[in-house]
Amino acid sequence: MAGADGDDSLYPIAVLIDELRNEDVQLRLNSIKKLSTIALALGVERTRTELLPFLTDTIYDEDEVLLALAEQLGNFTMLVGGPEYVHCLLPPLESLATVEETVVRDKAVESLRKISQEHSPVDLEVHFEPLVKRLASGDWFTSRTSACGLFSVCYPRVSSTVKAEIRQHFRTLCSDDTPMVRRAAASKLGEFAKVLELEYVKSDIISLFTALASDEQDSVRLLAVEACVSIATLLPQEDLEALVMPTLRQAAEDKSWRVRYMVADKFSELQTAVGPEITKNDLVPAFQNLLKDCEAEVRAAAANKVKEFCENLPEDGRETIIMTHLLPCVKELVTDTNQHVKSALASVIMGLSTILGKDNTVEHLLPLFLAQLKDECPEVRLNIISNLDCVNEVIGIRQLSQSLLPAIVELAEDAKWRVRLAIIEYMPLLAGQLGVEFFDEKLNSLCMAWLVDHVYAIREAATTNLKKLVEKFGPEWAQNTIVPKVLGMAHDPNYLHRMTTLFCVNSLSEVCGQDITTKHMLPVVLKMAVDQVANVRFNVAKCLQKIGPVLDSNSLQTEVKPVLEKLATDQDMDVKYFALEAISVLVLA
Amino acid sequence: MAGVGGGNDFQWCFSQVKGAIDEDVAEADIISTVEFNYTGDLLATGDKGGRVVIFQREQESKNRPLSRGEYNVYSTFQSHEPEFDYLKSLEIEEKINKIRWLPQQNAAHFLLSTNDKTIKLWKISERDKRAEGYNLKDEDGRLRDPFRITSLRVPVLMPMDLMVEASPRRIFANAHTYHINSISVNSDHETYLSADDLRINLWHLEITDRSFNIVDIKPANMEELTEVITAAECHPHQCNVFVYSSSKGTIRLCDMRAGALCDRHSKFFEEPEDPSSRSFFSEIISSISDVKFSHSGRYMMTRDYLSVKVWDLNMENRPVETYQVHEYLRSKLCSLYENDCIFDKFECCWNGSDSAIMTGSYNNFFRMFDRNTRRDITLEASRENSKPRAILKPRKVCTGGKRKKDEISVDSLDFNKKILHTAWHPKENVIAVAATNNLYIFQDKIN
Repeated sequence: MAGADGDDSLYPIAVLIDELRNEDVQLRLNSIKKLSTIALALGVERTRTELLPFLTDTIYDEDEVLLALAEQLGNFTMLVGGPEYVHCLLPPLESLATVEETVVRDKAVESLRKISQEHSPVDLEVHFEPLVKRLASGDWFTSRTSACGLFSVCYPRVSSTVKAEIRQHFRTLCSDDTPMVRRAAASKLGEFAKVLELEYVKSDIISLFTALASDEQDSVRLLAVEACVSIATLLPQEDLEALVMPTLRQAAEDKSWRVRYMVADKFSELQTAVGPEITKNDLVPAFQNLLKDCEAEVRAAAANKVKEFCENLPEDGRETIIMTHLLPCVKELVTDTNQHVKSALASVIMGLSTILGKDNTVEHLLPLFLAQLKDECPEVRLNIISNLDCVNEVIGIRQLSQSLLPAIVELAEDAKWRVRLAIIEYMPLLAGQLGVEFFDEKLNSLCMAWLVDHVYAIREAATTNLKKLVEKFGPEWAQNTIVPKVLGMAHDPNYLHRMTTLFCVNSLSEVCGQDITTKHMLPVVLKMAVDQVANVRFNVAKCLQKIGPVLDSNSLQTEVKPVLEKLATDQDMDVKYFALEAISVLVLA
Repeated sequence: MAGVGGGNDFQWCFSQVKGAIDEDVAEADIISTVEFNYTGDLLATGDKGGRVVIFQREQESKNRPLSRGEYNVYSTFQSHEPEFDYLKSLEIEEKINKIRWLPQQNAAHFLLSTNDKTIKLWKISERDKRAEGYNLKDEDGRLRDPFRITSLRVPVLMPMDLMVEASPRRIFANAHTYHINSISVNSDHETYLSADDLRINLWHLEITDRSFNIVDIKPANMEELTEVITAAECHPHQCNVFVYSSSKGTIRLCDMRAGALCDRHSKFFEEPEDPSSRSFFSEIISSISDVKFSHSGRYMMTRDYLSVKVWDLNMENRPVETYQVHEYLRSKLCSLYENDCIFDKFECCWNGSDSAIMTGSYNNFFRMFDRNTRRDITLEASRENSKPRAILKPRKVCTGGKRKKDEISVDSLDFNKKILHTAWHPKENVIAVAATNNLYIFQDKIN
């Protein structure tokens, strides 16, 4: 492809190749990301014989470069000459699969899995499977952990003798000396089980699963819980009781809270995997125990699953199970000593009302909601308020409004500004649920009070909130209730409050429309152009720039233009700058 | 004279000494920690200047059968720099408080090093190949005419002299308000703990932006503070168990399975005080300066100012063995208090088979105790006896009036020469002893 006296099309490629070794990581990374361009220019032959051997030994580099390399090689099949030569990619990926950095190793394994699909069955046995074996029996545990992720992709496509070998390798890794490898094996157990023939699932996987689930390391046992989900899905219902349940029961009562936490965290998946009968007989009591666990982390994880678990219970008998077995535990959690538990519960408890229906909600759940609305921890109250819509559908919000209001007021005045910020964000939702009348009567004053909060983030959120409220209730409502109040602040002695007026105009002009903006807001803004504080003046310029598109051209020319021109001659640099910017953006020059 | 060190009788002999000979010792050169890796092939030291030096054991050579693997410098790097905390107006020293090796996971080696505030994970790796050949430069580095490129060159890897690189892989910062005194890698190989005066944090080795506080003994009112954490260590096999020692001379064993917070211990090791020996200094000298699990995981050893105690994990009310390190100092506590020596933090270590223990003393003396025979020995790390293979003579300190030949009087001990840090090879009788700025390596000579 190159001519005798040079080819300038080679130059960019030459730069890319040289930059593979540049001292600047960013340039190396850039080159690696364009590896396909380099390979294309070199052609398949040279890519195989020169580029790949070089890359195979380039594993000294920074993680991000190696990560990019591992990813590139997964898409390299065509660049080395197609599926026939795909095995040439194995050596560099093999060395990447042994580096210590987990992300790089995982990416190398991902690419290996990808290119395994491009191997012909023969190549898979000749090239790929030996690589898996090499990794599986490597000296370092990094290589053995990588092997764990590769068994499942070659197993379905090899002969039965090789299959037996693969099963043997997997068994060996499940009882490896290092916890790292056992963890890797445990986390791939479910995936491997899926590609195995059912007879081997029963004979091999179950014993490995049982062994891993009683490993001495907590971190291994907790991974077995995850495998439990996949294994249970694979087995016929009648085998579950004998093969899976003893282990699952044991895990739910493990001495280590981290294992029990895992069970709680995976509870919905487990529930689906074992089916309705076992759920009724086994999981319900197990769930009760988790909700009463002595470790708060476990209770919180279980509390998070309350709604999902109840939803997925078999419909016949669901209500009885919830009412007699679960609700008593839930009631206790409402007064838990740990606030994370309470707030986890508060984030899902409202969901129960749709499952239990109106009467039960009023009788049993409402007292709990009300108690949580009065909880000392603001997060609990917030979580209840943020889920009000679920209850609204079932019993209407009026039932709650008596308690709701004090809770909202208290949160709105909380000493922590982040709490105030959170409740502001729920205001539009609340306004929608409660309706305009209730809002005007009870909440409007709160929304206005936030505008003069001493924390900027709250004032800012309050302006955004007004915009959302106007979107809900319409411009007419805005004109009657909030615009006068907002504009009134233009005369406040505190310049920060005067600026809030401008910020509100910024966000309200669009939703209020041309009429209100021109008639009511614009005159006030224009008057503020002579404010004695420069910050106010340049915000007037910014504000005019913002609302300009909403105004008609007449008022732009006759009212806005003169004011901006005057501001453009202001003594203050910033005022000048923003005035000139506004003039140019609005094309008034 | 039989040595101490498990099994066969042998004598300790000099092998190597590292560090400058000058009388004038630079503060930065003072060794602050010594640690063998899991195989014993590498030995790391940290110093007050924030440097880490790693020694590698040479392969035993056939033509010199008597010389058994010497340790030579493998890599030296600056682990920590002095810093200044602007918010608290505090200087943060670069001194390396502890080094802990990670179990080897691939061809590279990894270690954790910490100063008072920040823990770093270092990778020490070898490189023996170098890429050669550029497209835009020729062999001499001159640029080529970019329009004269007729073909593309892919770099080729050529062998080169071995180069050892140390690179910081992770930095675990901003989790300790007080000074970090211990770090310990968990047997699950994915977490480690770090302890300061009042708190213990649990980290994941791959996650630097968060750690979990598992012990917090800070009282709501700091005026009620009566004890601090002095050392902490993970159990060598049970991933859920760790211990921490306190300035009151007690040790608490916690089980991480029981709860996410380990404020409540599951075992409490304390020896009732002997009222007859009570004095003004009792509390100070009972403070534990180091705690180490035995390799078997059955015992732990604690060092206080005057003694080493071995505890059976199954017996909380008293130690199973107590060894006096330098009982003759009991009469000198007053002057040791005045010169602050009483607050020295001596460390202790086990030999590979847990049959012997070693700890340091003053005057560059260090002590070894054989747990089976109950024999003990005092040896000295000194330049005077530093001929290769020279046998170390046992030392004796006399307390009475009459001084026998070869004995040293308590009053002539040099309290500026102290051996705080020692390490024992995990499999062999090779020990590393840090004496101020010098690192001595001794090994056994079988009779």
